[in-house]
Amino acid sequence: MTIVFALVLGMLSAAALLTVARLLKGPGTLDRIAALDVFVVLIVAASAVYIAIYRDGSTVPLIAAVALVGFVGSATAARLVERWERHR
Amino acid sequence: MLRDVVSSVFLLLGALSCLLGALGLLRLPDLPARLQAATKPQTLGLLLILIGTAVRLEFENAATLVLVILFQAVTAPVISQIVARSAYRTGTLDRDLLVVDELTERMERERAGGGARGADHGRGGAGGGDRGRGR
Repeated sequence: MTIVFALVLGMLSAAALLTVARLLKGPGTLDRIAALDVFVVLIVAASAVYIAIYRDGSTVPLIAAVALVGFVGSATAARLVERWERHR
Repeated sequence: MLRDVVSSVFLLLGALSCLLGALGLLRLPDLPARLQAATKPQTLGLLLILIGTAVRLEFENAATLVLVILFQAVTAPVISQIVARSAYRTGTLDRDLLVVDELTERMERERAGGGARGADHGRGGAGGGDRGRGR
């Protein structure tokens, strides 16, 4: 079981690194927004793995909250980009 | 024991899906393709990981995790759609690469037909009009 958890966390970390690379490279703001959204999803996934490791149910509402805030943030940022470009 | 095996399989598949999605996000050439990679494999990966976690928890907490799954499944397409629309309207999207382009046709039709049609005019009309002037 320990090996499985190590593998899963390793893969999630690699995914997070690739996402951060896109976040730094991204030609446009919208690419960066997409990368940030993926990053939030990865944070949620890693927290879920933490819960699975320690069988600690008390952090479950936190995951729901993070997913919610990530959605609101990405949606607002995308709308904001649209408005910026219009006023340019 | 059985729970551990089931949970391991789900967790590994989910992490693999997340990794492939991130790889696609980095490697694919343009924004729509990247959005594809950012939305579908990530949702599937999160779903599998949350199932794998829920197997190891007692019932109440697992129910909350189902809520998170539902929420993610609803919001990921919305984000993708908003970002893609924003790219389309601001002109960041390369329109020569599109195979089907129904939005431009529709916006032109609405502008030709007077445009003013209730609540739809407020946002669609404003974006269309602005783009028309820009190009």
